[in-house]
Amino acid sequence: MLITLPAESQKSAHIRIALNGEHVDVSFAPYKTLLEILREDLSHTGTKHGCELGECGACAVLLEGKPVLSCLVLGVECDSRNILTVEGLGLEGHLHPLQDAFADLGAAQCGYCTPAILVTAKSLLDEHPQATRDQIRAALSGVLCRCTGYLQIFEAVEAAMVKIAEQNAAAK
Amino acid sequence: MPNQKYTPDRPAKDSQANGEELRVIGVPRRRVDARAKVTGQTRFADDIFLPRMAHCKLLRSPHPHARIRSIDASRALAHPGVYLVLTGKDLPIEYGILPVSQDEQALCVDHVRHVGDPVAAVIAREELTAFEALDLIDVDYEILTTISDPEEALATPEPRIHDYGEEGNIHKRVALEFGDVEKSFAEADEIFEDIFFYQGSTHLPIEQHAAVATKDPDGKLTIWSSTQTPHYLHRALAKVLNMPPAHIRVSATPNGGGFGGKSDPFNHEIVVAKAALLLDRPVKICLTREEVFYCHRGRHPVLMKFKTGVKKDGSITGMHLQTLIDGGGYGSYGVASTFYTGALQTTTYHIPRYRFAGCRTFTNKPPCGPKRGHGTVQPRFGQEVQLDKIAEKLKLDPAELRLRIVEAPNTVTANYLRLSTVNLSECIRRVVKISDWKEKFRKLPEGRGVGIACSAYLTGAGLAIYWNKMPHSGVQLKLDRGGGVAIFCGATEIGQGSDDVLASIVAEVLGIDTFDIRLFTGDTDLGPVDLGSYSSRVTIMAGSAALQAAERARELLAEAVAIRLEVPKEQLRFADKHVFDSVVPERRVPFHEAVCLAEARFGTIGTVGSYTPPKSPALYKGGGVGPSPTYSYTAAVVEVAVNPVTGWITVPKIWIAHDIGRALNPPLVRGQVEGSVYMGLGEALMEEQEFRRLPKKLSHALVHKFPSMLEYKSPTSLDMPEVVTELVEEPDPRGPFGAKEVGQGPLLPIMPAVANAVYDAVGVRIDEVPITPEKIMKALAEKRAGRDPRCGPSHFPHVDWPEALRVPPPWEGGDGNAVNDVPRPSKPRPEKEKVLSS
Amino acid sequence: MMRLPLFEFRSPRTLEEAVRILDGQGPSTMPLAGGTDLLPNMKRRQQVPRTLMSLRHVESLRHVQLSDSGSRLGACLTLTDIAEDPRFRNGMTALAQASALVATPHIRNMATLGGNLCLDTRCNYYDQNYEWRKAINFCLKKDGNTCWVATGSSKCVAVSSTDTAPALIALGARVRLFSRSGEREVALADLYNNDGINYIKRRPDEILAEVLLDPLHGWKSTYWKLRRRGSFDFPVLSVAAAARFSTQGVVEDARIVVGSAASRPLVAGEASKSLLGRSLNPESIAEAAALAARIAKPLDNTDFDMTWRKRVTAEFVTYALRELRGNDMHVERESVTRHPLPQS
Repeated sequence: MLITLPAESQKSAHIRIALNGEHVDVSFAPYKTLLEILREDLSHTGTKHGCELGECGACAVLLEGKPVLSCLVLGVECDSRNILTVEGLGLEGHLHPLQDAFADLGAAQCGYCTPAILVTAKSLLDEHPQATRDQIRAALSGVLCRCTGYLQIFEAVEAAMVKIAEQNAAAK
Repeated sequence: MPNQKYTPDRPAKDSQANGEELRVIGVPRRRVDARAKVTGQTRFADDIFLPRMAHCKLLRSPHPHARIRSIDASRALAHPGVYLVLTGKDLPIEYGILPVSQDEQALCVDHVRHVGDPVAAVIAREELTAFEALDLIDVDYEILTTISDPEEALATPEPRIHDYGEEGNIHKRVALEFGDVEKSFAEADEIFEDIFFYQGSTHLPIEQHAAVATKDPDGKLTIWSSTQTPHYLHRALAKVLNMPPAHIRVSATPNGGGFGGKSDPFNHEIVVAKAALLLDRPVKICLTREEVFYCHRGRHPVLMKFKTGVKKDGSITGMHLQTLIDGGGYGSYGVASTFYTGALQTTTYHIPRYRFAGCRTFTNKPPCGPKRGHGTVQPRFGQEVQLDKIAEKLKLDPAELRLRIVEAPNTVTANYLRLSTVNLSECIRRVVKISDWKEKFRKLPEGRGVGIACSAYLTGAGLAIYWNKMPHSGVQLKLDRGGGVAIFCGATEIGQGSDDVLASIVAEVLGIDTFDIRLFTGDTDLGPVDLGSYSSRVTIMAGSAALQAAERARELLAEAVAIRLEVPKEQLRFADKHVFDSVVPERRVPFHEAVCLAEARFGTIGTVGSYTPPKSPALYKGGGVGPSPTYSYTAAVVEVAVNPVTGWITVPKIWIAHDIGRALNPPLVRGQVEGSVYMGLGEALMEEQEFRRLPKKLSHALVHKFPSMLEYKSPTSLDMPEVVTELVEEPDPRGPFGAKEVGQGPLLPIMPAVANAVYDAVGVRIDEVPITPEKIMKALAEKRAGRDPRCGPSHFPHVDWPEALRVPPPWEGGDGNAVNDVPRPSKPRPEKEKVLSS
Repeated sequence: MMRLPLFEFRSPRTLEEAVRILDGQGPSTMPLAGGTDLLPNMKRRQQVPRTLMSLRHVESLRHVQLSDSGSRLGACLTLTDIAEDPRFRNGMTALAQASALVATPHIRNMATLGGNLCLDTRCNYYDQNYEWRKAINFCLKKDGNTCWVATGSSKCVAVSSTDTAPALIALGARVRLFSRSGEREVALADLYNNDGINYIKRRPDEILAEVLLDPLHGWKSTYWKLRRRGSFDFPVLSVAAAARFSTQGVVEDARIVVGSAASRPLVAGEASKSLLGRSLNPESIAEAAALAARIAKPLDNTDFDMTWRKRVTAEFVTYALRELRGNDMHVERESVTRHPLPQS
C-alpha cells in the first residue's frame, strides 16, 4: 500500500534568501519557522533551540543585521531577506575575532547558547564598536547561558572589540 | 605492553611530568573542543539528521496518579504519516539507575505516577504528525489518590506509589550514629536547634534532551543521545531490550549542558531504540522544554532539622541531623541522595560525634535526582546558616568561628570519610581579605550586608553505581607514525571540559600540543568504560587513567629513543614535540620519529590506563555514599542589598575562593567556579520547581506550576553580579597533577552566604530557599511586630526512624563497622548489590 | 521541537487589502505583526487561526510623524525603533522606557507597538502547552469551563501584561482602528475591558493602525516595571506616571496608570486628581501612592505573591512621582530593573 503524503510533509513553500552572504533557494512545508528551515531544510544546524517559544534566545540569528529569534520568524516571511548564522561568522577560513576570543577565554562551555550569543555580540559590535560593559550585558540579556555565569562571555566580547579595533587601525 | 597496577605516588609539591616546568598543565589554553563550539559545528544529538529518519513523540499522563485500564491506539495508527505506536506492553521490563531502584518502565504499563509520565509513543514521518496523532490515542484511566508532599506521603500509606521500599509511600529510611550524640549535647555549653527547608530546583540545560537511534547495516543498535552516562544507558538498554550488550552502541553526543539532569537512563532513549529496531529506520526524539521538566531528576526538596552542641569557643561537640526528602514518583538516584543529605557535614568542620537520620518519600511528581552538588547542597545550606546563628550567639565573627573549627587534612572523619588535602582555612582567609570582610560585616549601612559560608565536595564518588571490582575509568592511547595521538575513553563531554582534561594530561606527559591529539570519547564501542560525567569524577578518574596510559607510552618511546641517542632513558625529556637529552638538549628526535623508533622496536604503539578509587574505611551499611579520593573546599562571601520596605533583594558582588589542588586549565576552572556561583544564585534567589494542587472538589490535579523557560527563573546576564574568584592551589597527591574537583563544590556556599548576608543587611533570618522579596518582607513584618524575625518552616513531622546503626568514630576505637550490625569484611560482598553514589 | 499548526498565509501590501482580507472572517483570520506573542500561543495551541495575515509589507503602518501639533506612530514600529530613537524622550520618556523594558533585545527587534497594545492577556493557567492545559481540563479562557484562579468566577481574570499600554494611557494616547467598513478613533484608556477573554474592543475585522498623541509640552513621564529578572519577564506590576507642571512646579495635570494588576491597565483617577494644584512633596506623593495602590487587585496567576505585588504598588507610585519631581532615582531604578534605560 502506498503511504499518502500528509499536508505537513508537503514542501509547497519556496523562498530565496541571502544566507551568510550566499543566495540559496529552499522549499519547505509552509508552517515552518526560520529555525526549522535552517536546521532541517538547509542543514545549518549551528543555530540551536531551547524552547521554541522565545523564552531562551538560543535560536538567535541576524535578520538584516539585527538579532531576532528564528523560532518566531515564519519561513514564508523570509523571502529576499539577509540572514546571518554562526556558520557565516568567519571570513576566508579564519575565525571572527569574537570566535577567537570566545575560544581562548572560556566563553563557551557546553557551546549550546554560543552561536546565538556570538551573532548577537557581532550585531552589537557592528553598531557599537566601543560598547561598554553595560551595553554588552544588555545586548546579551536575550540569550540564557546556563554554564558560564556570563562573566567570561563579557570579557571575550571586550577582548574581541579590542582586536577588531586593532585590525581596523592596521587596515587603514 | 606494560600492565602494572597504577599507584598514585606523586609528591604533593612536585607532581610534574618532566620534573621541570609544566608546559601544558596550568597554562591558560584554548580548550580542544573550542573551535567546534564557536563555529556551531559541535554535533549535539538533535543536530543529527539521517536519511529516512522518523520522529517520535510521547503521549504523557494528564493525571498525577492513576491506573491505566486500557489503551486504544488504533485511530492514531490509522492517521496519515504515522508509522508505529508503542505502548507499555512493548517495553515491560523495569529499569532504573540504581540496582536497588529498578522501578521505571519506558512506557507505563498500568500505573502512572506523575503528570508527564509517558504512556505511549507515536513514530511518524514528521514531528508535527506525531504530535497531532497523540490526541488520537484513547487511554482509560482509573484515578488514584494523589500524594503531593512528604508529610502527605507519611500519613497516606495507601495507595502505594510503588510496591517496594520501606513501607507505605516511604522509599528509604536510614539512621546512622557515630558516637553518643546525646552525651555530646550534655557536654555542650549551648545547644542550637533549627529547622530549614530547601526548595526543589531543576537543571535547565539549554539543550533539551534528544536521542537518535538506528539499526546499523549489520543489524546492531546504535543510539546517539545527550546523556552524561553512556555506560549506564548501555546497561539499561541491554536489560530492557533484552539484547546482548555487545550489539548495542551508545554514543553520548556532547551535552548542551547537563548539571546532573542527563545522568539517568531515560524512557525516551529506550523508546526510540525500540522503534528503530522495529521500523529498521532511524528514529529521533527531541523533548520539548515542558517534557524536560517532567524528566527532572533535579534537586530534592528537603526539610531539615539540625541540633548542634557547641562549646563557648565555638568547637562543635556533636550534631544530630534529620532530613525529610520529597523524592517524586520514582527512585532515580534517590537512595544515594538520601545518604548524601547526611554524608558531608563532617568534611568541613570537626564534628566528633554525629547522628543522621534521613527519609525519602515517594510523591506524585516528576522524580528528583542528582543536581549539581547532589544531596549535599540542602544540608549545607542549613549547616552554614546555623553556624552563622551560633557565631552571633557566641559573639564570634562567623569567619573566625569557621577558622577555629576547620577539619584537619589527612583525617578520617567521625563517619569514616578519609580527607586528603584540606585548604578551607586558606579559602576563608582569602575571601575575608579580598572582600574586605572585617570592614563590612555588621558595619554596612542598614539594607546592605555581607555573609560568609563554606563547603566541601567530592572529587568523584568512591563507588560505582553497581557493585563491581573493575576500574571506574579507562583510557586507551594510540600513537601513530605521523606523531598523532588518539585518546579513546568513555568520558562524556558535557561542557565541563573533560576532553580538554584528557588531552592536556596526555600532551603534558608526551611533550606535544593538545591540538596534536584526536579524541574519541563518550562512545561505548570506541573506548573503554568511564562511568560518566557525574560526581565530579572525570578529572580525577579519567584524568588519572589518561596519565597512566600516557606514562606507559612515554616509557616505550623513551626506551627506543634512549638507544638511538645513546643516553640513559631517565635522562630524556619530552617537550615541544621532541624527545631530548636533558643534559645536551641539542641531542633530540622529533616526537613522530620517537614514535617510529618505538614502533620499530615494540610493534604498534598503544597503551592503556585505568583508575580505581582507593578503598574507603567506611565499612558500615550506607558507608558507600560519601567516600571520595579527595574533597574540594570552597569559601564565599556574598554582598546583598535589601530594600527594607519591599524586601527586594539584589546581589552586587561575590568573592569566592576554591581549593582546587591544581588548575589544569585556569580559564576553564574559573568558568566552573563562576558557573556554579551563577547556578547557586539562581537557587538562592529565584529558581523553584513548584507544583500546584487544584481544588479538591474540582480536578484536584497536581501539576507543575510553570514548566517553561519563562516562568522557571534562570538568571539573565543582567542579573549576574560581579564575581571575584581566587584559586587555592596545593596539589593533592591523589589527583592527576594534583587536581581536585571544581564543577560542583563552588555552588554550595552561595545559598547560605546569601541568607547570612540578608541577616547582616536587615536582621531577618530566611531559613529556606529561594530567598524571595516576599519572604523577606514577611520576616521584616515579624521583626517590626517584635516576634521572631524569621521566615521558614516551624515543624519537622514525626518519622518512625529505624534503630540507628551505631558506628563508633575512629577516636572512640571504631573500625568503620557498626557495632549493632553484622561486621562486614574490608570490602562489600559482591552478591549484595549496594547503593552507591553519584 | 514545538511546531506551529498548519495555517494559510496572506501577505497584503496595503491597509485596504488587509482589511478586505479580514472582512467577515471573524477571529479565524488573525493579523501577524512581530509574531512574538501570537506564534508562541499558536505553538501552545492557545490560538489556532486558520489564516495568518502578515502586516510586514504594509508600509503605511511603519511611519512616524512627530510635530508640534501632536504625534502619530505607526502600529508596526518595532519596540526597538521606539526605545532607541532619541526623539521619544521628554514627554514621551515613559513610552521609550516601557518599550525598552519589554522582554529581550531580540524580541524588541521583532515585536511591534501595535502588537504590544493588543497583547493577549496572560495567566499561569493559560500560558501553558496543550498537554499541560489538558491535565487541568483546560480553563475558562480557552477550551474549559473553570477559572482556576478564582473558581467561583464567571469571568476570566487573565492579566493585562502589556508594557506600552500603561505608558501610552498615561500620555493620553488614542488609537486608530481600521476596518473595511471604516475607521474609528478610540482613547487607549477605553480600548480595554476588564475581562481576560474579551480584553480588547478591537473587533477581529479591525487593524490597530496608529497611535495618536497630543502635544506633550510641559509633560514629564516615567514608567516603572516589576518583574523577577532583568529581562525576558512580563510585568507583574507596572506604574506609568505623567504630569504637566507649572513653572512653579505645581501639578497642572497628571495621570497615573497601574498595569498588570487586572485584565486591563487601570487608570488611578483619584490618585491622579489628588495631585492637581499641588507640588510633588512627600505628603502629596504618599497620598497619591496610597490611593493608587487601593485599585490594584493582583491575583494569584502571575509570578510573585499577590499580596506582595499589591504592597509594592504604592512603593512604585512613590518612585515614579519622586522621579517626576526630579529626584535622582537611579539607585532604585538600577535595583529594580537592572537595566540601563532611556532617561528623559
